[in-house]
Amino acid sequence: MLDDFLVRAALAGLAVAIAAGPLGSFVVWRRMAYFGEATAHAAILGVALALGFQISLFAGTLATALAMALTVTALAGRGLAIDTALGVLAHGALAIGLVAVSFLPSVRVDLSAYLFGDILAVGRGQLASIWAGALCVLALLLWRWSALLTVTVSEDLAKASGLDPERERLVLTVALALVVAVALQVVGALLIVAMLIIPAAAARPLARSPEEMALLATALAALSALGGLWGSLTFDTPAGPSIVVAATALFALSRLAPRRA
Amino acid sequence: MTLIAARGLGVRYGAMVALRDVAFSIEPGEIVTLVGPNGSGKSSLVRALLGVIRPSEGQVTRRAGLRIGYVPQRLAVDDRMPLSVARFLSLPDRRGRAEIAAMLAHVGVPGLEGRQMTALSGGQFQRVLLARALLAEPELLILDEATQGLDQPGTASFYQLVEDVRRETGAGILMVSHDLHVVMAASDRVICLNGHICCQGQPHVVTAAPEYRALFGLGTQGTMALYQHAHDHDHDACAHDHDHDDGHVAHKEPAHAG
Repeated sequence: MLDDFLVRAALAGLAVAIAAGPLGSFVVWRRMAYFGEATAHAAILGVALALGFQISLFAGTLATALAMALTVTALAGRGLAIDTALGVLAHGALAIGLVAVSFLPSVRVDLSAYLFGDILAVGRGQLASIWAGALCVLALLLWRWSALLTVTVSEDLAKASGLDPERERLVLTVALALVVAVALQVVGALLIVAMLIIPAAAARPLARSPEEMALLATALAALSALGGLWGSLTFDTPAGPSIVVAATALFALSRLAPRRA
Repeated sequence: MTLIAARGLGVRYGAMVALRDVAFSIEPGEIVTLVGPNGSGKSSLVRALLGVIRPSEGQVTRRAGLRIGYVPQRLAVDDRMPLSVARFLSLPDRRGRAEIAAMLAHVGVPGLEGRQMTALSGGQFQRVLLARALLAEPELLILDEATQGLDQPGTASFYQLVEDVRRETGAGILMVSHDLHVVMAASDRVICLNGHICCQGQPHVVTAAPEYRALFGLGTQGTMALYQHAHDHDHDACAHDHDHDDGHVAHKEPAHAG
């Protein structure tokens, strides 16, 4: 069954959905969209490093995404004007990554595969690492769920309850880097944040609790992945952007629904 | 046994000194009120006690395993996260349905469980915050300007509730305010803060201290007298004039410092 490229693509999309649903909710709640952009764009530099040093793509992108996420977290902790700093880092990382890829001599790199994803080319080995990464993210978030929610609502209240906001921020940072590595091949570096934010935003008006929102976001992300894949085949459009188009359509539909809370 | 103590505590933001050389402690069953004008370092002190900010000098020692209930000055709950009152009260530790219902009734807002946090009025919100703090069965309750958004009867009943908590659980209580009325009424001890501790002691001692008068003026003394007895009455009734020890009777709006 895994021999069929379409089945592998669908499974890869679902893996992204189960990680992006809950994490994306936190990205929305904590206004981390730009943070996500910076982390995702750093992955292109990871691609260049992975190809240059011939290490696994997953490891390369995970490493640079993690380095970027930790840098941003450290800067935020020092109270820098975070919006500007993130803008510099997000676009700087992307540009440096693109330039670095152009230095690679013998390899003819299909950049668009990394910028916009290449879900139809996901192999068995990659599928395994995508699922492993996604399950890691999900386990991490479930394990810290209550603490993460408390810290998100108020760091002071969390601190008074004996929680460590810095540690919980680190959990989200690591989860974000993992999702970037997971989603790079599925939707590409430029559209990863879309998969985080759009399903969560679409879930918001339908949800009455944080848990409902995370579950709905997961379901909508899965629906987007499958719908986008179907659209891509039907209309012969690129798969990654098609998935995001499907998510955006669901978002638009969700605005029509009566708000529950 | 002392719940929490600060020694030589200083807090600095860059070059700006917010607090210096603060030393005090809170014992179980004691109600301590922190007063001071805006920018006097009240919130810095609270945040240092909570461990949110690291002191630049001195230290804070807590009794091992101290359970703290904290009611913040304000809490920005926005619309991005759907959050019911019941869910909020279960952060971070799950509380039973019955426990939540009983606590909401106890703080005077029964039946709000299913309401979204964003749909609460200011007064309801503060009471829900208090409910959350109390559900943790705190040994130390910290209230940072907790009566913001409450009207006068609401404020009086809020402090009555705090007084009940002290009596029923023996918790130590630290209250912060830049409002002088009502707050001081139930206090065992008042700490007057202005970057450092200007004076501290029993309410009537502090209000008579020259350092305190320099900060808050003399006018507040009368309102003190008025409100000091307000708690003995149903809050619907008008507070009558009482001849206090100081012999002041006030018929004026409570003075707001800061």
